[in-house]
Amino acid sequence: MALAAKSVDLTARIGGSVIGGLAYLGALVSLTGRAAYFTFLAPFRGTRLRLQPAVSQAMQIGVRALPILSMITFFIGLILALQSAYELKRFGALHYVASAVAISMTRELGPLITAIVVIGRSGSAFAAELGTMKVTEEIDALETMAIDPIRFLVSPKLLAMIVMLPCLTITANAMGILGGALFGVTRAEFALGGYIRTSVEALLLTDIVSGLIKSVMFGMTITAVGCHEGFSTGAGAEQVGRSTTRAVVISIFLVVLVDLVFTALFFFLSEA
Amino acid sequence: MEPEQGADRRAEPVISLRNLRVNYGEREILHGIDLDVMREETLVILGGSGSGKSTLLRTLVGLERPSSGEIRLKGKNMATTSAAEMNAFRRKIGMSFQGGALFGSMTVGENVALPLREHTRLESSTIEIMVRLKLEQVGLTGFENYMPSQLSGGMKKRAAVARALAMDPEILFFDEPSAGLDPIIAAGVDELILELKKAFHVTIIVVTHELASAFLIADRMVLIDKGYVVAVGTREEMRSNTHPRVRQFLDRIPEPEVSREMDYLQMLTDDLRPGH
Repeated sequence: MALAAKSVDLTARIGGSVIGGLAYLGALVSLTGRAAYFTFLAPFRGTRLRLQPAVSQAMQIGVRALPILSMITFFIGLILALQSAYELKRFGALHYVASAVAISMTRELGPLITAIVVIGRSGSAFAAELGTMKVTEEIDALETMAIDPIRFLVSPKLLAMIVMLPCLTITANAMGILGGALFGVTRAEFALGGYIRTSVEALLLTDIVSGLIKSVMFGMTITAVGCHEGFSTGAGAEQVGRSTTRAVVISIFLVVLVDLVFTALFFFLSEA
Repeated sequence: MEPEQGADRRAEPVISLRNLRVNYGEREILHGIDLDVMREETLVILGGSGSGKSTLLRTLVGLERPSSGEIRLKGKNMATTSAAEMNAFRRKIGMSFQGGALFGSMTVGENVALPLREHTRLESSTIEIMVRLKLEQVGLTGFENYMPSQLSGGMKKRAAVARALAMDPEILFFDEPSAGLDPIIAAGVDELILELKKAFHVTIIVVTHELASAFLIADRMVLIDKGYVVAVGTREEMRSNTHPRVRQFLDRIPEPEVSREMDYLQMLTDDLRPGH
């Protein structure tokens, strides 16, 4: 009797969280849709696009992230080279290090590491900024002034994200290859020029493009989660901290999920 | 624009609420409010904490959706209105929030200019002049280039009022204008509301729990308690009202404590009785 009640309770809970998750995804899609409308369609219908905040967001998301992102991806490239060399060495195929690093950076790690750095820097900042504005009634103030908060606040962020994330990803790819080159030149008897030529020759255009497509999807995901968490902040300053944490955790989870979906998609497309 | 009907227009309500109910989730906050706001009057919504007065204000400016009932603005039912109509209405109102709600990333001048930049095609030099004018009206001449964080509490409220005035609104809403201010600064804000009333002939709706301020600025008052309208009337009518809740609120009598010892004991042991 008690067991039956418990299992019903468990089913109800699983059902409840599935419905909750789907509703959350729905909210993200609707937020992204409205922000995309204000970014890409409304400017042609007479609604002004706020270009200046988009530029300053792009500075914040993109340019200021360059030093830290370059360093991290340089190290990741070096780590990748070391790890693949460990195995390749046994087959006497050490010269494959260049292509191994180049392909895994551009297809996977470049976009992913970039997204994770941007989540930490900007996704959390979106949630904190909008959450604070929610708590201080600034979002309500926008609404009573007949200014759509999504147009005013989210759409410049979305535009900056969609432009900057691919740019950052290209930098990350390049820095990763350079990191690999450090190993190649010092331990695998490559000349620097030769290492880079080998890397470039190993890459197909689809490797780079699939990575960049992913990075655009990541940018949309990070913007949607950060802004959604900001908008749904409850009353009180401690809620802002909560939203920020949630934004980071949920963004990382969804970015990996989106990554999986697109990687699988590209895999089956290349087979067909 | 029918000037000859001036007297009649003043008699017709700008806002009228009929059986207005508002829910937060499952919980009903306002249980059927009936209220008329007349043109160019200053109506003060009084009530204690948790009485529903702020919810009422948020519903009036469209930040909360009523679960049932009617809000009529000049005869038009806002509960069934489209987003475009709601925005058209919102361009004719100004709202001053409790903490000011100035945008922290913009200067005071940019805050005041924002509605003008968003909703008009005015030259930026014209907007600049209008911003100076609005700031002068609230006594903040020369503060255009300050950031909101550099202003004191009272100055923030004034800047917020300047922003609310930017579009020359027909209705001005104030949420707790004197909350968090010392008595002298609060009196200054009351004075400002009185000046606006005289100078602009706008309809003003103020939510407050400050009695002194309410009796100073109100043409009429309404007391909200636990989501119901308890009393509506002019200052004199309120003073002579004998409803126990009105008396309690106006005479500042605290909530009676649990009076009988047995009730108190029962309250403590309620869940402990066998059978629970």
